[in-house]
Amino acid sequence: MKINFSINNSAKSIEINPSETLYEVLNKCGFSSVKKACGTSSCGICTVLLDGKPIPSCSYLAAKVDQHNITTIEGVQQEAELLGDLMNREGAVQCGFCTPGFLLTIIAMKKELVNPDIQQIKNYLVGNLCRCTGYEGQLRAIRRYMEVGR
Amino acid sequence: MKNDISTPVKREDVSEKLLGTACYIGDLKLEDMMYARTLRSTEPRARLISIKYPEMPLGYFVVDRKDVPGKNIIKMIIDDQPYFAEDIVNYIGEPIALIVGKDKTIINELISKTNIEYEKIKPIFSIDERHETTTPIYGDSNTFAAYRLKKGDISEARAKARYICEDIYETGYQEQFYMETQGVIAEYQEGKATIYGSIQCPYYVKNAVVECLGCAPDMVRIVQATTGGAFGGKEDYPSLLAGQAICAAIKVNKPVCLLLERDEDLEVTTKRHPSRIKIKSFIDENHKILGMDAEIMLDAGAYAGLSGVVLQRAMFAIAGVYNIENIKVKGRAIATNKAVSGAFRGFGSPQAFFAIEMHMQNVAKKLRIDPLQFRLDNILKQGDKSTTGGVFRDKILLHEMVARVMEMSNYAEKKRSFQGSDNQKRRGLGLSMFFHGCGFTGNGERDHIKGKARLIKNEEDIVEILIANVEMGQGAGTTMRKIVSAALDIPISRVMYRNPDTDRVPDSGPTVASRTTVIVGKLVYDAAVELKAKWQQGVQQQAEIEYQYPEGYQWDNESFAGDAYTSYSWGVNVVDVEVDTITYESEIKGVWAVFDIGKSIDDRNVKGQIDGGIVQGLGYGAMEVMENVGGRFKQRTSADYIIPTAMDIPMIQSELMCEPYTEGPFGAKGLGELSLVGSPIAYAMAVEDALGIRINSIPVRPEFLMEVAENDKRNHFKTKR
Repeated sequence: MKINFSINNSAKSIEINPSETLYEVLNKCGFSSVKKACGTSSCGICTVLLDGKPIPSCSYLAAKVDQHNITTIEGVQQEAELLGDLMNREGAVQCGFCTPGFLLTIIAMKKELVNPDIQQIKNYLVGNLCRCTGYEGQLRAIRRYMEVGR
Repeated sequence: MKNDISTPVKREDVSEKLLGTACYIGDLKLEDMMYARTLRSTEPRARLISIKYPEMPLGYFVVDRKDVPGKNIIKMIIDDQPYFAEDIVNYIGEPIALIVGKDKTIINELISKTNIEYEKIKPIFSIDERHETTTPIYGDSNTFAAYRLKKGDISEARAKARYICEDIYETGYQEQFYMETQGVIAEYQEGKATIYGSIQCPYYVKNAVVECLGCAPDMVRIVQATTGGAFGGKEDYPSLLAGQAICAAIKVNKPVCLLLERDEDLEVTTKRHPSRIKIKSFIDENHKILGMDAEIMLDAGAYAGLSGVVLQRAMFAIAGVYNIENIKVKGRAIATNKAVSGAFRGFGSPQAFFAIEMHMQNVAKKLRIDPLQFRLDNILKQGDKSTTGGVFRDKILLHEMVARVMEMSNYAEKKRSFQGSDNQKRRGLGLSMFFHGCGFTGNGERDHIKGKARLIKNEEDIVEILIANVEMGQGAGTTMRKIVSAALDIPISRVMYRNPDTDRVPDSGPTVASRTTVIVGKLVYDAAVELKAKWQQGVQQQAEIEYQYPEGYQWDNESFAGDAYTSYSWGVNVVDVEVDTITYESEIKGVWAVFDIGKSIDDRNVKGQIDGGIVQGLGYGAMEVMENVGGRFKQRTSADYIIPTAMDIPMIQSELMCEPYTEGPFGAKGLGELSLVGSPIAYAMAVEDALGIRINSIPVRPEFLMEVAENDKRNHFKTKR
């Protein structure tokens, strides 16, 4: 089947297999920043934004993104650099495998939540696992990032 | 003033990780690459009678034991584990064959259509089972390792003792759960085997593949891909994957990619050894511990793997931070028909420290004396001897560290206010003291590894660090670059570190045992000093250093006597917890920690290791449950095996208080493993404190707590009557 969607604001029309997941399609299209780990939407590694909201691409059918907008880390480089710099300063980038998915989730959170408290931030991040950092660095970086542009 | 080496710098690997361009093994695509999936045993213990494969479509292949050109045994400590099962399988998930082809869906179908006929053999699942009733899995006694350790005279201690106290402690499995699952890609061209992989120990993989192929060492090349976390899990298991994948690549004459799925990785790769530890201590009328008699049993799983060395580390740590002059320890690593237990951050020491710390606490309670004071009265000081009779040469800062962590956590004040509460929610505090012996245990560095490090300077005066140690998230690349830059007094931008490729780097040993900074960092430092002495601008030069066992230390591996480690890092943790007495759920209110790591090479990386290690430790102590029933893990999907999320983590405050180690680079010692050891203990003690009950096993789950508390109430009721 054919789907039409936009990825990082550029229109794409591609032939897919109806059983393919969004992760598989993005991987074939060369978006290697999108990683896969659990395949069951348990860890958040494969997070991309669907119309600005984080979704696990490993278990999201590609057919469902027809007529929607998908954003990967390649599409938000400016924002990712700003947040990435803060993450780096707090030592929140270690093995890096969860980093693109984490950044996308945080970027979406900043757009979605107004003035969130620490509990709301943790709630928003609960689907993104990290095994290296203990989340401490991320949370410090996020607090500073939420201040930016206020 | 010159910058202190501890001042953080930007890591060289951060930019590409932030941009998503870092090349992990799953991102590497070689031309004509084929995929492989593993056909696994569904029986915990059985003889393979027959395997009926469906007809293989064109371009699809079975790769099994018959395709191993050299030895079908993974090179490790004991030669017992095959790449592909021969005629017996010993655990559910044991690899029997690979199915290789272009399309993963077709491969999965072929695997599901394969029929294996088994003849069951009576399995051994528990370390308690008497092997007399079954056939042992390994040797005559079903143990991969059985050691004894003696110091002083235990019978004299027993004779002089006023009090004797005995306890049994148990710890469970823990899965490393690195976010990137294990994987390798193998290619074979003109007689040369190349393996790319998510690995910790390039030369372990190389040595294994050389034996697997039965070829000359220079015909095997191992290249580390960006590695998405490891924590010990990628120490020995990648050798298995590499051997299998290269056999497949030779057979199909194309590159072969073997990546594990998450659930598969959870179920079949190595995990932390479950343990049962019995401690009996002998105490005099002044509450001094005269002696200790301990017995350690580790559940090793189906093959020996690294169990013998894990057991040694557990045995040598069994006295904890206490000065006990008379010691007898018996240790066994027992074979069971379950996935192989292996390396995980701490490597035997988290089990031992949990047992001794909880035991000390319990002894004091039995003697009706203040537990913390009792523990402090018995701690090690400079000049005291270790369990193996080695001397603690450097100053031990434990008293100062305890004082500081109590100040940071407002310990005394909290302790007072928590007491006597009969609220539904009760608060409690726990304090753990621990060390980690840095580098390989015993004669490892001196006789087995003999690490080498090389620096090469090109005509532009750029210095490249050539070592086999990997960056896997912990910051090794930055640490090494900072050491070289400081030793040579050149900007860090002029020092390069790349992922190791065994065709380019000497064998500086594996990236394990908290040895990278203290041992390899020192080699790199010494090489830099040598290079500096002969530095000629604009000329290509190099310097190479081989490990020298430091003077004045000694170790005898037969009797386990002497310095088991040449340096020790220390830690003290406090955990504050709130437990609901109706649901028995607990919330960690805060963690405070002080560590002595000799010298921080980069404060930011150090913080990252500390935060991450503490949270992994809390997972181990509080929530990570993996149970095995009938050879099958109950928690075998990522939805069942629960690791801490952002919701579960408390505020963590940590500080360093350092006693420099003269043999370490700039005084640095090990850190990575140390950071995990103390938090599960302090957590368990805090729960004990909150509920006034005894805890003798981790993980401490609400359902377990409820059971303990209900039993306690019943017992209490009985005694009252």
